[in-house]
This record gives sequence, C-alpha cells and structure tokens, in this order.
Amino acid sequence: MNTKNKEAHSDIEELLPWHAAGTLSRRDTQRVEEALARDPELARRFAMVREELGETILLNETLGAPSGHAMEKLFAKIDAEPARKQATSLNLSARVTEFFAGFSPRTLAYAGSAAALAILLQAGIIASVMIKEKSADGYETASAPSTDPGVGAFTLIRFAPQASSDDITKFLEANKLQVAAGPMSGGLYKVRVAVTGLPKAELARIVKKLQEDKVVGFIATTE
Amino acid sequence: MQTTSDEVLIARIAGGDRLAMQVLFARHHVRVYRFVLRLVRNEATAEDLISEVFLDVWRQAGKFEGRSAVSTWMLSIARFKALSALRRRPEQELDEDAAEQIEDHSDDPEVALAKKDKAAVLRKALSKLSAEHREIVDLVYYHEKSVEEVAGIVGIPEATVKTRMFYARKKLSEILKEQGIDRGWP
Repeated sequence: MNTKNKEAHSDIEELLPWHAAGTLSRRDTQRVEEALARDPELARRFAMVREELGETILLNETLGAPSGHAMEKLFAKIDAEPARKQATSLNLSARVTEFFAGFSPRTLAYAGSAAALAILLQAGIIASVMIKEKSADGYETASAPSTDPGVGAFTLIRFAPQASSDDITKFLEANKLQVAAGPMSGGLYKVRVAVTGLPKAELARIVKKLQEDKVVGFIATTE
Repeated sequence: MQTTSDEVLIARIAGGDRLAMQVLFARHHVRVYRFVLRLVRNEATAEDLISEVFLDVWRQAGKFEGRSAVSTWMLSIARFKALSALRRRPEQELDEDAAEQIEDHSDDPEVALAKKDKAAVLRKALSKLSAEHREIVDLVYYHEKSVEEVAGIVGIPEATVKTRMFYARKKLSEILKEQGIDRGWP
C-alpha cells in the first residue's frame, strides 16, 4: 500500500474494522497482521480504528435498556396468537440440534468414528426431512392425531448410513410412517407405523416388510 | 456450564415453547433495542418495535433455516421493522439537528469539557453520522458482525459493505476535524 498518499486505501485497510472486532476469517486476519507488521502508517490507522471500536461500544452501552414492559407486551401479543400445539417434527429437530450441541469440540474430535458420524449425518438428514414437512404443513391444529407421542403402534428404526434425505422422505411417505422420537442411543428413532395399537402378528408383518427396504439399517418392534 | 444455543432455542420456539422465547428475549433484547434505537432515535418507538421483532421471531421460528446466526437474523428483522416504522410515520422523522439534540445530553459547560476529552468528542461524532453510516458502524463495532453478515442484514453486496464502512469512518474523521481533532487521516 502506498501510504504516502493519504487518500489511497487498499482492501487491507478496508478490513481493519473487522480485524479490530475480531470477525475476520483466519486467512484475512493473517493478511492484515502481516500488513500491519510491515506498514507503520497502517498500524497508526489501526490504532484509530480501535479507538472508534471502543467508543462505539461505550456509546451503545450508554443507550440503556428497554423497560420491563417490553417483555410483558411481547407475551401479551404471543398469548393473543392462535394456539399451536407442540409439533413433533420440530421437537425432533430441536432434539437433533441439542444432540449436536451436546458435543464439545474435544468430544467430537475423539468420538469421530465413522459410525458416530453416520448417526450425526442421519440426524441432520431426518431433522431436515421433518423441518420440510413442518414448513409445508404450516400450523398444525390441536386436533391433529399424530402429535400425541404415546398413541399408536411403534418400531425402532436405525436408517442405513448411506440413506439420503430423499430416500428417507420417500420411505416415510410411502409407508405412512411418522418419526415420534429420537435420535436415541445408537442412532435409533421411534417411528409410528399406525395411529392405533396393532396386534403383535400384524406389527411383526409390517416390521418384516419395512426391513426389506434399503433405507432401513435396523428395525425392531417397541412399545 | 454449557448454555443452550440460540439455534436450539429457535427450534423450541418453533414448537411453541414460551420458556425458550423468554430465554431468547432475555439474551438479545437489549442489543436489538439499542440497534433499533440508533435507527429510530425514539425510545418509546424502539421499545414498541422490539416486541414486534420478537413476535416475528415467535411466528417465523419454524422457517428459520440456520443460514445465518440467530442474532443476525433478528437484526435483519429489527432493521426492517425500524425502517418500516420510519416510513409509516414521516411526520415523526427528525431532522439531523433535532436528532443530534436527542443523543447529545450535554449542556454547554459539558460540551466545553467534552472538547477537551477526545473520547467524548469521538462519541459525539459517532452520533452525528448519517443513519446509513451509524448503522454500519454499529453492526461492525458493537454487534460484531462480519462483512458477510452485514451484507445479509443490510441487503447490499459485501464489497459495498467494506466501502460503506470505509466512507463512514472517513466521514467520522471529517466531523472530528470540524470539532478540532485532526487524526491525520484521510
């Protein structure tokens, strides 16, 4: 950068505010740090940026906070919204996200076996499937029968690691299945096969049929 | 202790979890309020708007795709609400002089003292920037948004984000110079 010309500025100089705020990528951070090390004028300008950063924070911090009524107003408005029942599909996505969040980076590093990764990927795929379903459906009515997690006939399924989002969606739709819970230990999902209880023989027949699908890695009956 | 991530809270909110909404509100409402306040420059309006912003979060949580951070998404909503409010109430739009008076709580002796205090003058100069420049300075410095995130919130290309920030800083230097502080740049 030609720092003799005060009007001139480079792409590096444009990045100084983000460097001060610590929001640059590692690559850009390195570029800026190298430039700062070799260019005293740029370093002087960076000191100005840091001053601006500090005073902007101070200015914003002196703006105060909204009153406690803000939350009251919000929840009064929420209460006036049409009631919506806890949606199974999105509860599932929350569980999946929590599942990911539960891993510290170190845990992930040590536990990154192929099997675990397959389960994680599977969880992501199924979450996306369920979120898509939710987006398409919009709000569910309180009378929707499928949202009661305790009613119906169920199986435990672990999907095949290579199963794609489309494969799983098609499989669930074709067989009129609904993921009721999961992922559980071992990447298992509790899947509802019927909205009412079924005789053991009938459930076994359904399990046998589902087992033949390439999307299914493991399947068993459950309560 | 591990706190629940914003993304998990959003997923719970999508399922109708009011407690998750309370946690998200507690976590972000002050920053959202300050962002809105700097745009609309009216405390009552800003307070009304944050309940609208979080109501939108409640309504739209199921559509949140996780392509940006939750805080970035909320600031986008907040910006839209603030600009809409300003458009709805043009009669309440304040001219620059009146607006400056709102943020300048100093009386004359304090102003005189402030002129001896470079930091105070800098803060005053930050308040004198245009709304467009204030917005980008706040997003970068206070809300710690990356170039990409600012581009998403403001709806402009990343290259424009960088040049707008550059010219906001340049303008800041010009205001400082008028106040008797020459930073030797630009």
